[in-house]
Amino acid sequence: MATGVAAWLPFARAAAIGWMPVANCPMPIAPRDNSRKQDELIILNVSGRRFQTWRTTLDRYPDTLLGSSEKDFFYNEETKEYFFDRDPDAFRSILNFYRTGKLHYPRHECISAYDEELTFFGIIPEIIGDCCYEEYKDRKRENLERLQDDQEENKDLKQPNLNFRETMWRAFENPHTSTLALVFYYVTGFFIAISVITNVVETVPCGTTTNQKDMPCGERYTVAFFCIDTACVMIFTVEYLLRLFAAPSRYRFMRSVMSIIDVVAILPYYIGLVMTNNEDVSGAFVTLRVFRVFRIFKFSRHSQGLRILGYTLKSCASELGFLLFSLTMAIIIFATVMFYAEKGSSSSKFTSIPASFWYTIVTMTTLGYGDMVPKTIAGKIFGSICSLSGVLVIALPVPVIVSNFSRIYHQNQRADKRRAQKKARLARIRIAKSGSANAFLQSKHNGLLNELLELTGSEEDEQKLIKSISLLESQHHHLLRCLEKTTVRMPLCFTLNTHSSAHEFVDEQVYEQNCLETALQTYPSHSSSIASHDSPAVTCCGASGKKNTPLPNANLPLANPVPSHRGPLQELSALHIQSADPLSHTSSRSNLNLRTDESKRINCKSGRITTAIISLPTPPALAPDADGLHRPLSAGTNIVKVSAL
Amino acid sequence: MLSAIWETEGLQTVGIVVLVFASIKLLHILGLISFSEDSVEDELELSAVRHRPEGLEQLEAQTRFSRKELQILYRGFKNECPSGVVNEETFKDIYAQFFPQGDASTYAHFLFNAFDTDHNGSVSFEDFVMGLSILLRGTVQEKLIWAFNLYDINKDGYITKEEMLDIMKAIYDMMGKCTYPVLKEETPRQHVEVFFQKMDKNKDGVVTIDEFIDCCQNDENIMRSMHLFENVL
Repeated sequence: MATGVAAWLPFARAAAIGWMPVANCPMPIAPRDNSRKQDELIILNVSGRRFQTWRTTLDRYPDTLLGSSEKDFFYNEETKEYFFDRDPDAFRSILNFYRTGKLHYPRHECISAYDEELTFFGIIPEIIGDCCYEEYKDRKRENLERLQDDQEENKDLKQPNLNFRETMWRAFENPHTSTLALVFYYVTGFFIAISVITNVVETVPCGTTTNQKDMPCGERYTVAFFCIDTACVMIFTVEYLLRLFAAPSRYRFMRSVMSIIDVVAILPYYIGLVMTNNEDVSGAFVTLRVFRVFRIFKFSRHSQGLRILGYTLKSCASELGFLLFSLTMAIIIFATVMFYAEKGSSSSKFTSIPASFWYTIVTMTTLGYGDMVPKTIAGKIFGSICSLSGVLVIALPVPVIVSNFSRIYHQNQRADKRRAQKKARLARIRIAKSGSANAFLQSKHNGLLNELLELTGSEEDEQKLIKSISLLESQHHHLLRCLEKTTVRMPLCFTLNTHSSAHEFVDEQVYEQNCLETALQTYPSHSSSIASHDSPAVTCCGASGKKNTPLPNANLPLANPVPSHRGPLQELSALHIQSADPLSHTSSRSNLNLRTDESKRINCKSGRITTAIISLPTPPALAPDADGLHRPLSAGTNIVKVSAL
Repeated sequence: MLSAIWETEGLQTVGIVVLVFASIKLLHILGLISFSEDSVEDELELSAVRHRPEGLEQLEAQTRFSRKELQILYRGFKNECPSGVVNEETFKDIYAQFFPQGDASTYAHFLFNAFDTDHNGSVSFEDFVMGLSILLRGTVQEKLIWAFNLYDINKDGYITKEEMLDIMKAIYDMMGKCTYPVLKEETPRQHVEVFFQKMDKNKDGVVTIDEFIDCCQNDENIMRSMHLFENVL
């Protein structure tokens, strides 16, 4: 029941007395209202701004936060008010909902912020009033589209295990994924251009030969043109077949517009091959050559603008239809009128109504060829009316189409801009995260120094080094240390102490050095099984000499905390364990080969990223790299270096 | 030949006439010419009816509600109807919310007429409160008179079978279709028959107010149910 009319329930119950004399049976007993509290004022303190309302106002909607006992969680005993740490501006519209029964969406409010407020207070957005619902839905849809765009790009960046077919399909759809795809893209583009130019040049009259006639080039250099045509068609055929093979859903691919254009573009050639000997149908064959011009539409795969135009036309289909319909109506009307007006005049060109169509079209589109001109006065009057109305009829639907095109075009531009900005955003996010990780390393450094100083007994330095860090930071760092202690691994080859060590978080530069070093040394690559982390080849301390071991213990961070490593922690031993690095450019990992050096560097860096706990929306680089890292790292790409103090 | 000449001349005339009319219409639209005297468009919009009730003291005196109760009642009333009066449409909407399964519009119409004592098409707060005062705080006699008023659609002092049938059908409409046992067509009629058998003492086909009150006072069920809603407010 819409509790907005809860105030009228007493009235409805009172009016029920009207049924009593009519009723045959006795009535049920009325419920007693035991809690006969007087209506009291409730104070709602939302971030300092105090709202007051009657308790019954809030009780109208018992399935929301304010209407149920859930608000007791927010009750502040000392001040006897309900305190909510939320946005007071957004709360206004929520409280108004209780008062008036209608939920309004304030237009200046961000859509996701408003959604969050609604969710917090337990109100479903569907009850937004009609006045604001459309706006709300539009904004929400826009936001969703934007998010979807971002997600789609994430999907592109991801590097799952694509099989050959899927790789090919991705290469076709998005030429920027690999050089091979780019080459293919340009080659096809070049051949499309060649094919179109050939078609055009074929008809140009070349110079005269021994016979007087001016022959078109196509007939003069038949063989040359035939060769070019054959080459183009072969390329197109190969491309089409490859696309067909690579398509995830062949049926859907065959039905798509682009594939139909492809087919239409190459069919005339094959039909021509089959039918050259038959003279009767050569006329039809000539007509088929017209379809070769469809090859120019293949350019739409290469041009974003063309695609946008096509999409716009598709989306404005109704406006275009209206334009066509109104034009047809006007043409018929005016053609009829002109025909009858000009019927009397001698030598009139308006021989029939369909003949007048031509005049009407030419006049309405303001072309005015002048091959048909009205001669009578009536004809001239109606002709002028015709031209005036033509301008209007055509000008009306055009702005709609233009605005549609503009909207779609800007959407595309926004998507491109977002993609470009995303890199900068990610870089900034990475810097912020590195700050947090560095803070941890610094504190560890200070902690170890403190221990050292305690051992040596120097008091003053100790004071200096105990930096005051906030409680939150110290708790965070303690958590990271616990993680380090959890993940221990047994080293497999030791010349020095046989202590295994826990993984520790490492400084960025040192880690990169380690990465580069391992990349330089080729190790047998591993299969991508997770369980193979116990078979890395390790170089022990041989390489440790040339590494400068800075005081902060430099170690490789983990992408995923894999607590399956065993062995106790031993910090104070110098042990340089290096394991095989499948990140090197061995081609066994086809899923990684699309990225060259870039991937390796990113993989190195991202290991560091994952350790810092920053509550940002998962940056896209994080997830794919983490996935990409998962196998290599758990396959044992762990450079564990422990330095002795 | 002549017909040909007439054709062309005729078309010429038509063309010229069309042109003249179009230009006149254009001038009229542009506001340069006005045709009739009463072309002045009166922008008189019927301003929204706003009604302020009498003072609290007067209402206190006229009804049997306490001050606080009147305050609560008025707050609820004004919240739902900011303009201060309820018209029939709003009334029907509000009443229909309580009976989602059936169609309460007919009964709401009768109820509206019962509340709208001065028959001006809208229920103001005074009408509302007076009605409620009778229903909740009135004597049994007053309640019965109020009920009689409700049933007497044309307010002529007699309840005829047709009026009763209308009321009965309206009540059964509120139940809706999904009832158990299924409502049949003649159920209201039968109910009316039962009612008239009980109420119509002199069997003259109508029920007068005295018959009604007498009969109800002798019926235990009805008496008991009259006190049912006394603690509503």
